[in-house]
Amino acid sequence: MRLVAQALAGERGGEPVFSGVSFSLGEGDALTVTGPNGSGKSTLLRVVAGLLPAAAGTITFEGGGEEWPTPRSAAHFLGHQNGMKTALTVDENLRFWREFKGEPHLESQEALEMMGLGEIGHLPFGYLSTGQKRRVAIARLLVSYRPIWLLDEPTAGLDAASEAQFAELMQAHLEDGGMIMAATHLPLGLTAATELRMGAGAAA
Amino acid sequence: MWALYIRDVQLGVRAGGGALVGIIFFLTVVAVVPFGVGPDLNLLARIGPAILWVAALLSVLLGLDRLFQADREDGSLDLLLIAGQRHMSALMVFVKCLAHWTASVAPLVIAAPLLGLFMNMEPVAIGAAALTLLVGTPAITFIGAAGAAVAVALPRGGQLVSVLVLPLAIPVLIFGVSASYGAVTDPAPFLPPFLILCALTLFFAVIGPLAAAQALKWSSD
Repeated sequence: MRLVAQALAGERGGEPVFSGVSFSLGEGDALTVTGPNGSGKSTLLRVVAGLLPAAAGTITFEGGGEEWPTPRSAAHFLGHQNGMKTALTVDENLRFWREFKGEPHLESQEALEMMGLGEIGHLPFGYLSTGQKRRVAIARLLVSYRPIWLLDEPTAGLDAASEAQFAELMQAHLEDGGMIMAATHLPLGLTAATELRMGAGAAA
Repeated sequence: MWALYIRDVQLGVRAGGGALVGIIFFLTVVAVVPFGVGPDLNLLARIGPAILWVAALLSVLLGLDRLFQADREDGSLDLLLIAGQRHMSALMVFVKCLAHWTASVAPLVIAAPLLGLFMNMEPVAIGAAALTLLVGTPAITFIGAAGAAVAVALPRGGQLVSVLVLPLAIPVLIFGVSASYGAVTDPAPFLPPFLILCALTLFFAVIGPLAAAQALKWSSD
């Protein structure tokens, strides 16, 4: 499986944000997208996820077969928002995404335990702290399987211990043959990640 | 898809879901009319079905603007749309409409016969009004979904939804009320307007979700 972008360009509200971005990710590869605010990191991730149309260039997912014909069908997207309902319990939220997204992987309880939240499954999501909410959102990546993880500032609000835990999870995902593309300002603790610097218009 | 239906019904019924607001609004409007119109029982019986229909239309519109906005604010809308490859987006909208109808509109239909008594309506008229509401209100939800999808990215889009949707909902109102009247007044027929009402619901069940899915696709900026 291979995620390939060629001369990708993106725009927001008619204004070009970036152009000429090319990269290629194989199984077990990680790509960190860095750059100053407004350089188009989030826009790039949204284009790859198929939420925004690409202004130019192509993004394809090769070797996914019938199961994952496009990048968007093969991707988990973790944006700035957590995508959880405050009125439902943590467990109900995770079980919903597990069923809705298909390809069930871990049970919601197992995923919560991986993120060190085994005790809070019964609480409404709205009661949690910012960091706990983020960890639940990360647990969502584990309850159903996707080869590509698109992460937008994944560690925002996490403490050092959770960051380390998350780094281990990402490493495990890569060793499983997954791919990770993360927009970030902070080092994520990935050992063998290539870096894509936005803003200079250059590509890695 | 079934999971999405269950989730939306749960959200609608739980605290802050907004389902209750629509029901209370419906009860209030209908309960206030006899005080405004006065104690003329014949007049009340005559305008009863129309009042029930207008009140139901307005209370359905009241909650519809939150249909996609709540999902957009917490980021779930992005995730629902990304899953579009697996579940067609129009189908996702359709299921959300059904869940919204179950949680916020079905209780109105159930409460309508009781409120019909307030309006001094005959049993046949009450039955006809409840039946037309049962068949006709889904159409309003489906039309409203398209409006809610267009207004999803706008701040204070709620009022816009009502304005956008109301002209399209007028035919539903006309045929709903005329079928209710047809059941009790002699020369007017019941079946033809009722069948047109059914047709409108089926028509909007297809057009509404398709239009809403298209609008959501362009709003995900």
